[in-house]
Amino acid sequence: MNKRMTEGINQNIDVIIERWEISMKEEKGKNFFHFMPSHLIEKTSREFAALMTSNIAEIDVVTPEKLNDFTEKVVRFGWSIKFVNKAIDNFSRIVFRLLEEKDVINQSNLRSFVTIFENWISSLRENIIEAYSMEWERTVSLQKIALQELSASLIPVFEKISVMPLVGTIDTERAKLIMENLLEGVVKQRAEVVLLDITGVPVVDTMVAHHIIQAADAVRLVGATCMLVGIRPEIAQTIVTLGINLKDFKTTSTLQRGMQEALRMTNRIIVEAE
Amino acid sequence: MGYRSSVDIYTEWDIVAARQLGRNEAKKTGFGTVDQARITTAISELARNIYLYAGKGKIEIERFSENGLYGITIIASDEGPGIPDIRKVMEDGFSTSGGLGAGMPGVKRLMDEFKVHTESGVGTNITITKWLR
Ligand SMILES: Nc1ncnc2c1ncn2[C@@H]1O[C@H](COP(=O)(O)OP(=O)(O)O)[C@@H](O)[C@H]1O
Ligand SMILES: [Mg+2]
Repeated sequence: MNKRMTEGINQNIDVIIERWEISMKEEKGKNFFHFMPSHLIEKTSREFAALMTSNIAEIDVVTPEKLNDFTEKVVRFGWSIKFVNKAIDNFSRIVFRLLEEKDVINQSNLRSFVTIFENWISSLRENIIEAYSMEWERTVSLQKIALQELSASLIPVFEKISVMPLVGTIDTERAKLIMENLLEGVVKQRAEVVLLDITGVPVVDTMVAHHIIQAADAVRLVGATCMLVGIRPEIAQTIVTLGINLKDFKTTSTLQRGMQEALRMTNRIIVEAE
Repeated sequence: MGYRSSVDIYTEWDIVAARQLGRNEAKKTGFGTVDQARITTAISELARNIYLYAGKGKIEIERFSENGLYGITIIASDEGPGIPDIRKVMEDGFSTSGGLGAGMPGVKRLMDEFKVHTESGVGTNITITKWLR
């Protein structure tokens, strides 16, 4: 039975691919394929069809390895899971119709073919979903790590002066990390002045401001002074409008100015060599 | 007549998504960097309040034009506990979470229009608007 099915498919593979491409383009207007250049669509379609049919050919002996191979390749096409699902649906529907047209499937064997198709498609689908969710979990955990690497570290620049450049969004977890690194660093580096540089922070709302104020207070408690530097003009205006009081600690617009101030506070100046 | 887009708020990262959407829409409306920052910050405050006090909710953003005037409206809605004493909340420094308590009064100052609809046990709906000048 499978042999006749495979033969039927192989003999008509061009028609199948053509109909399948048309059906996929109809799905969501031309947008469905729009992110792919046309020569790639052709190539990928053929690959997909080959993958689909290779899978039927071995329907009786579908090993987990074969399936994983299939899903791995499909995931690598870069299609969305919705698109892949549709692609599988349409492909199997078109194959079924075509086999009916060619009288490979008829009244007498309909029932067993329905079963074959069900087995074929459901195992594919399960594997696809699993592969995609694994891929997502991996991406999310990698991004978490990447974000943590971005997280604040305190850099000793001169004796008694350290800088912490903050880049990116500050959420609760990062705020904790900033505080820890700040206090630990101040003590270890024997810093007297700490410059907290927020040039790279896109939004300073009341929560971020609150965390900054708490950090500055904590730095004060361990005997150092915290300066807030890199306040862009639009951020300065927003902070003032929010009614946040930053009068208790020093602020400057740029890191450069802050550094000059920090040197002054530690009784030093930069002079040009003769 | 406007075009409306929205972000559901479930996690802290949805706040970032809402902000991002707000910044893009503000840019498209034609706001400058200062107003973009104001709008983005206001969204951040309201989205965080939803996350903190209601658990979940929605931020909707709509650009509009009215008699040749352009602007942006943001609707923050949730089905949380509601705000029992809205007058207190609008005073600077009132917080039930140990926060700065500057969010709500701050948002009002950041925007041109500010409307709150809140009912105990039903939820909160805050509509804010900024006009392009
Ligand atoms: N969507 C909301 N649902 C219920 N309560 C809220 C909501 N938004 C704000 N509140 C209440 O209003 C108070 C003040 O909010 P806000 O001005 O943003 O300051 P903060 O968030 O720092 O406490 C909050 O502490 C909270 O009790
Ligand atoms: Mg708040």
